[in-house]
Amino acid sequence: MSLTVELEVVDQVLCLRLAGELDHHTAEALRNQASEAIENKGVRHIILNLGELTFMDSSGLGVILGRYKHIKQKEGEMVVCAISPAVRRLFDMSGLFKIIRMETSEQEALERLGAACYEK
Amino acid sequence: MRNEMNVQFSALSENESFARVAVAAFVAQLDPTMDELTEIKTVVSEAVTNAIIHGYEGNPAGMVYISVILEDGLIDLIVRDEGIGMEDVEEAREPLFTTKPELERSGMGFTIMENFMDEIEVISHKGTGTTIRLKKQLANKKAMCN
Repeated sequence: MSLTVELEVVDQVLCLRLAGELDHHTAEALRNQASEAIENKGVRHIILNLGELTFMDSSGLGVILGRYKHIKQKEGEMVVCAISPAVRRLFDMSGLFKIIRMETSEQEALERLGAACYEK
Repeated sequence: MRNEMNVQFSALSENESFARVAVAAFVAQLDPTMDELTEIKTVVSEAVTNAIIHGYEGNPAGMVYISVILEDGLIDLIVRDEGIGMEDVEEAREPLFTTKPELERSGMGFTIMENFMDEIEVISHKGTGTTIRLKKQLANKKAMCN
């Protein structure tokens, strides 16, 4: 079991699509890939698509909060979408929804962030 | 019926998913709900990650020990390490408390364990290691016990 991270930049919005399991072991690769993209690809905002994420624990909360802080430094926003009930529980428990907005789909998240029309 | 399983493995992050899957496979015989199984996998992940990061501070020579006892729908899970131990267990259990913010630890591990299980007991001594004992009664077995 591992984590697959798909990155795409659409109109300065970094779409991070996670598939698989996000734990302490897989968090580091996500942190490195996302941080590299935030620094080098002219990213303003982040959309975190968790639709294919089958498992997450508190290490996932830590790495998500870390990327939130990173994009906040650049005065950007983070929107999370397609979140499962299990992952949502962890977000609720940690209070992450107080700072990170949630949308049902990537399209809605993009619209919310004001990116141009985009077909997946 | 009482059924017991023991497993031990190197304190490597690669083994976190192994630990979750091993415990979940053993517990599956009690026919838990998907939610219960997710809760159990999550708490195993939290306790094992704590042992690797905090107990052994990333030293892969350390061993993590897991014991699971199933009896009448009760899951009795013990995750133990022989690492550095904790001076102040109460402080460690505070939500958002972490000794390693530079590693982007969320400090939510104990809060999740407390929320997902019925009982938690933490025994830790400086220099000798930490034992976390977690208990959970499965919902489908509760009615039969009453």
